[in-house]
Amino acid sequence: MTIDPASVAGKTLDVAERTDVLVVGAGGAGIAAALDARRQGAAVVLVDENPVPAETMGDDIPMLWGGAASGAARNRTAMTEALLAARPGLATAVEAGVDVRLGTSCWGLYANGPSVGWLPGPIAGLADETRAWLLGVGRVVVAAGCRDMGVAFAGWDLPGVAGVQAAASLAALGAFAPRRAVLLGTSDAALAAADILIAAGVTIVAVVEVAAPLADAGRLGAPVLCGHRVVRAEGGIDGVTALVVASATGERRLACDAVLLGIGTVPVIELLDAAGCRIVFDPGRGHVPLLDAAGRTSLPFVSAVGGCAGDFPAQPDIAAYRMAWVEALVLDGADDVHVCRCEDVTARDILHLRPPRYLHAPPSRRNDASLRALLGEGPPNPDQVKRLTRAGMGVCQGRRCREQVACLLALGTGEPLASVPLATHRAPVRPLPLRLAQAVAEPPDMRRHWDTWFGMYAQYVPYWDVAPTYTAATRPRDPDDVG
Amino acid sequence: MTGASVIVVGGGASGLSSAWWLAREGADVLVIERGLVGWEASGRNGGGCSHHFSPLFAEEQRLWPQMDALLGYPTEFQPHRIRIALTERQMRLYGRAAANAARQGFASDVLDAAVVRAAVPLAGDATVGGYHYRFGGHANPHRTVQAYAWAMQDLGGRLMQHTQVLGFEHRAGRITAVHTARGRFGCDHVVLAAGPATARLARLLDVHVPMLPARAEMIVTEPLPLLPLGGVDGNGLYGRQTLRGNLAYGGGPHEWLADGDAPLPNAGTPLALHIAARLAELFPRAAHARVIRSWAGIVENTPDGRPVIERLSDPANVVLVTLSSIGFGLSPATGHAVQQLVMHGACTFADLSSLSLRRFAGLEPDWARLQGWEVR
Repeated sequence: MTIDPASVAGKTLDVAERTDVLVVGAGGAGIAAALDARRQGAAVVLVDENPVPAETMGDDIPMLWGGAASGAARNRTAMTEALLAARPGLATAVEAGVDVRLGTSCWGLYANGPSVGWLPGPIAGLADETRAWLLGVGRVVVAAGCRDMGVAFAGWDLPGVAGVQAAASLAALGAFAPRRAVLLGTSDAALAAADILIAAGVTIVAVVEVAAPLADAGRLGAPVLCGHRVVRAEGGIDGVTALVVASATGERRLACDAVLLGIGTVPVIELLDAAGCRIVFDPGRGHVPLLDAAGRTSLPFVSAVGGCAGDFPAQPDIAAYRMAWVEALVLDGADDVHVCRCEDVTARDILHLRPPRYLHAPPSRRNDASLRALLGEGPPNPDQVKRLTRAGMGVCQGRRCREQVACLLALGTGEPLASVPLATHRAPVRPLPLRLAQAVAEPPDMRRHWDTWFGMYAQYVPYWDVAPTYTAATRPRDPDDVG
Repeated sequence: MTGASVIVVGGGASGLSSAWWLAREGADVLVIERGLVGWEASGRNGGGCSHHFSPLFAEEQRLWPQMDALLGYPTEFQPHRIRIALTERQMRLYGRAAANAARQGFASDVLDAAVVRAAVPLAGDATVGGYHYRFGGHANPHRTVQAYAWAMQDLGGRLMQHTQVLGFEHRAGRITAVHTARGRFGCDHVVLAAGPATARLARLLDVHVPMLPARAEMIVTEPLPLLPLGGVDGNGLYGRQTLRGNLAYGGGPHEWLADGDAPLPNAGTPLALHIAARLAELFPRAAHARVIRSWAGIVENTPDGRPVIERLSDPANVVLVTLSSIGFGLSPATGHAVQQLVMHGACTFADLSSLSLRRFAGLEPDWARLQGWEVR
């Protein structure tokens, strides 16, 4: 039988190893899932990307670290030991026969579906600091936890402006540097993270809330400033030194060495979304995977547990709360604060769909048109806005701006936030150096027949040489074909 | 929304360029798109503008340097390309473009390895040689497709997104209306430029267009300092350094797919790793660069990989357009040709006879199987 040699037909993949169950994320939910699968006799690999390399942390991946890690975070051995000490379940898992791998990230999940048929089965893409490789899996449990929503204000790029969950995770390893922090937001999740920080010796200087508090923030023992917005964070290369906030009655300057973003707890769904699991907007939690009663996603081989599955206290109306913060802070700095820090995109750039400055595009009528004039009909699509403004296309892979951009599009069009689609996640969901990919060999058959495009000789026959009729039997063949 | 003189079915690069050209010539035009503009293959390609084998090549080369000014929106077009060979076979293959272009009056330089390394600071010791094509170039597909849509709207053309075409109304050998999920739209002419859906829609007109969609994949790295010339590829990859500095490259095995009613998901595969490894071979001095995205595009191909651009004889007021996986770069010229076919019945600047469906008159019914285009 003829096969198209430049197609995937007959090509193999260099799948380095196999396991019955892969668990991604070694927090409480992940360890429990790994132990559960192991007790049922499965071969289980449990990966956790922590301790995260310093370069990755510098790009706020996977959490909004905000440059708040102490020097201890650079010592990988010390961090690994701290991680093992902070999570005794890891030792239990190792003793139970779970193959635990720290410092290992899962950057992609793949399976055959409507537009892919050549994979030998479900596959996970893994990487550590030295190589990438492929792991064949029976099923995958994603336990990737939560991160914090970014919110832009003047100075939000200063070291020390970090997510509250990120700060708490550093503090749990003794690697959070700041001592005096202002907390933005009053959700149960933000307060729970603040409790961890207080237990680690951090003083909460004040709690800021644009509207009325969601939970009893007074229990943290710090003044709760309701009806306040953030004017700016002050500081320099060594970090934030103060946060200036304002209410109807005037400005206040709060001395601090950290500003903790606790405005939104965001389930870490990037791996699930990139794999093609169906994602829905939960009014109390934001975007979460659609799960059946057994915790399975819309892809039968993938399930989700813990924070990334939405297992945290819901807020009454997350859309209204996020929009209130974005309206108060982000719109306030619309012209000069970068919402997308990787690509230097302001709120105004997003709302007016301005092309990036490096194009030096002349102003023209539609370049300053409204979102409505662009979109015409249908809800605003962040991917379309991303293509034009570059918001979310940077090295942090949209982690710092994704939710803010969605709020801006909702505010700019008057559409409900729930109707704004989530900006697409794409593998690799962790930045993957080209050189790590070189560890996966290109199979010989793929190498022999690799073509730049479709490998169709007839496509490139110059038009003056094309025969008047074409049949498969008489099609022109490449005289240089390697067969 | 009312009907239009010309209804263009498909808001990809070919359909939108056609609509823009028609609007420039004063036609009342309406584009109907099932999703968002440029959302399928037109927004998922390498942005190359160097189709030296096509009868539209000369017009492609004439138009691209003017497109920013003509459209009024940036396309990020950049002229020229350097193609780097890491094997003698690649060197031979890359010489074909130079030969085809030379016959049409476009120059190329043959480069030895040292010259390649001087011109492309990211290239390395494995370089065998290369070509500097002093023609062609590359543009940003996302920005260009949106620019077509906006420029068309500036001229009074209309665009209806999120609208599925369901059927056509015939009278006396002509199409008189297009039926959609959002109502009936009367028309004098139809341009059918629906990418992978073209064959299915053509069947409603009793026209057989042999084609099959396939998945092709690309990767994008974080931004790097700008190369002197961003249009550099080779080693079995197509792509470019974007004006922002990202390396955007694709290549390697494709997978043939069955067409359905809905767009297929743009799911990538671990092929991204092999593209990344080849890019590190091509640019060893960029091996540290991190891949931050990968994606797949669903691209249609005819049996010979060549476009169909033709005004049909029955129904007589339909222009059929499918570019068979090379549509983006040719789109300025395609739109011009389609505008002439709609308004004058013939193209004055290029001989489109090799792009007629007539070439498939004797095509075997099982051509896909005979060519090994296996669908799983």
